[in-house]
Amino acid sequence: MENMMSETDVSKGIKLSPEMSKIIRKQRLQDFIFHKVTLTFASLVLVVLAGIIISLIITSWPTFAKYGPGFFFRNEWDVVNSEFGGLDSIYGTLVTAFIALLIAVPVSFGISVFLTEMCPSWLKRPLGTAVELLAAVPSIIYGMFGLFVFAPVFGEYVQPFLTSTLGQLPVIGILFKGAPNGIGLLTAALILAFMIIPFITSVMRDVFEIVPPVLKEAAYGIGCTTWEVVTRVVLPYTRTGVVGGIMLGLGRALGETMAVTFVIGNAHRISPSLFSPGSSIASTLANEFGEAEPGLHYSSLFALGLTLFIITLFVLALAKWMLINMEKNQGSKN
Amino acid sequence: MNKNIYRSRKISNTVGLTLSMGAMLLGMTALIWILFILFSKGFAALSLDFFLNSTPAPGSVGGGLSNAIVGSLMMVGLCTFVSTPIGVLAGIFLAEYGDRSKIASITRFVTDIMLSAPSIVIGLFVYAIYVAQVKHFSGFAGTLALSLIAVPVVLKTTENMLRLVPSTLREAAYALGTPKWKVSFSIILRSAKSGVITGILLAIARVSGETAPLLFTALNNQFFSADMNKPMSNLPVVIYQFALSPYENWVNLAWGGALIITLTVLGLNVLARVFFREKS
Repeated sequence: MENMMSETDVSKGIKLSPEMSKIIRKQRLQDFIFHKVTLTFASLVLVVLAGIIISLIITSWPTFAKYGPGFFFRNEWDVVNSEFGGLDSIYGTLVTAFIALLIAVPVSFGISVFLTEMCPSWLKRPLGTAVELLAAVPSIIYGMFGLFVFAPVFGEYVQPFLTSTLGQLPVIGILFKGAPNGIGLLTAALILAFMIIPFITSVMRDVFEIVPPVLKEAAYGIGCTTWEVVTRVVLPYTRTGVVGGIMLGLGRALGETMAVTFVIGNAHRISPSLFSPGSSIASTLANEFGEAEPGLHYSSLFALGLTLFIITLFVLALAKWMLINMEKNQGSKN
Repeated sequence: MNKNIYRSRKISNTVGLTLSMGAMLLGMTALIWILFILFSKGFAALSLDFFLNSTPAPGSVGGGLSNAIVGSLMMVGLCTFVSTPIGVLAGIFLAEYGDRSKIASITRFVTDIMLSAPSIVIGLFVYAIYVAQVKHFSGFAGTLALSLIAVPVVLKTTENMLRLVPSTLREAAYALGTPKWKVSFSIILRSAKSGVITGILLAIARVSGETAPLLFTALNNQFFSADMNKPMSNLPVVIYQFALSPYENWVNLAWGGALIITLTVLGLNVLARVFFREKS
């Protein structure tokens, strides 16, 4: 459309030689092709997303045909007798991701506050780079670290300690009882927390840095302490962005495979203790997909994959939407 | 002045800032701990055999990861080759035609989501549409899965980098009567070159460490094989299988592989940073 406009304007009133209009026609055709080619490649991303959802629905159909939506609420995963339900994997996924967030959010907040408000400027860059590099470390490294180093230490020292302190409390005590063997839901959640802290931190630091200095200076000017500036000025100003960053971390935590598979214990059961082994959707897939024969086991694994994809899609879309909204408000405020 | 209020404000400030510093220390400790373990165990496993021999059979001694290294290089290499043009062209569309187009804004949204989509589901998808149809695992399937992860990374950075090119450059080129495709390739893309290369490097870094999508696509191969139409050994899956094995030499090889992968990924990230900073 744009190139047509420019050419009609030019050709108006000017007599073009035949060679000239031939060149223009050729260029117009080239631009038309160029537009369509780039458009095709851009649409490819949409096709892939649609393809993922459709292919997962088709392959998981036998499971949903048998159990219906009840699949999500059945606490049974029996490969031998071919009885499948997704509840324990969904439970493991949600619980580990939730605990990981519970730990990662305050720590990331602290790191971001340190990096934006307290850090001497010569340290800012190396520390910021370190955080971003940590976010790039492949997740399988976190998994190996968890299995070989963290889990033994955790089972030997931390779990008995938790049992003797938090485990004695009423109601929540039951979460911290059980055999301290190092692997289980809580260990998986902690490794996940290690893994998503860099993600959340880098988003939080970025949004903290867009707070106009005038606002902070005004607050300091009327005598606010640094902590008050952070909690009463910076945080309210960047609220949507911070939540968006947290949701991004949550999306990562829900779908993470390797960091979890190594340390979650891979047992299909729901038990009240966080020390007991469990399974997440991703770990179930990683462990069982290779051995699954075509049939109900196979389609149930795809059903779990579909569930995971829909959950993360929802969380990520929400995160994205919040971050976009924040940018829009940003424009109206200035 | 109320002394009590003043004091409590001061205390909460000190407590808050101390906790922040504690969080930073915790983060740094975790980083150093992980890297220390990785380096000490990884370097101990490296030797000449590590790079020359193929993965050992169960119970045998020695062995190396040459087949996995070659497999990873081939798959990541082909993935770069495939996903670079797709990502760059799609990025050009979003940056140059994308302002009023509905498809562009949807693509932008979906790309952001695909950037953090669970990679294991990508593996499932490729299994369903490719591996299950041809009925065998292959290096090509692995490449396809990796490309699906790499394209959004390249696309996103390309778009962002092209948008940084000043519009006066575009307008000057249009004023000379340059057709749009020539403006995009010879002017915009060329001046944003270092940024686009940064994006490609980051995409390579991202896929080099991906394990989950390869589990159901490339699988593994105990022997040396350069045939991409057959199951193909690759570092992440070998690390996964060897780390969970009962054999001590396998676990050591896994640490060595983990070190190599991390060094590659971090190296690519540092390279991308240096590249971007120098040229822009």
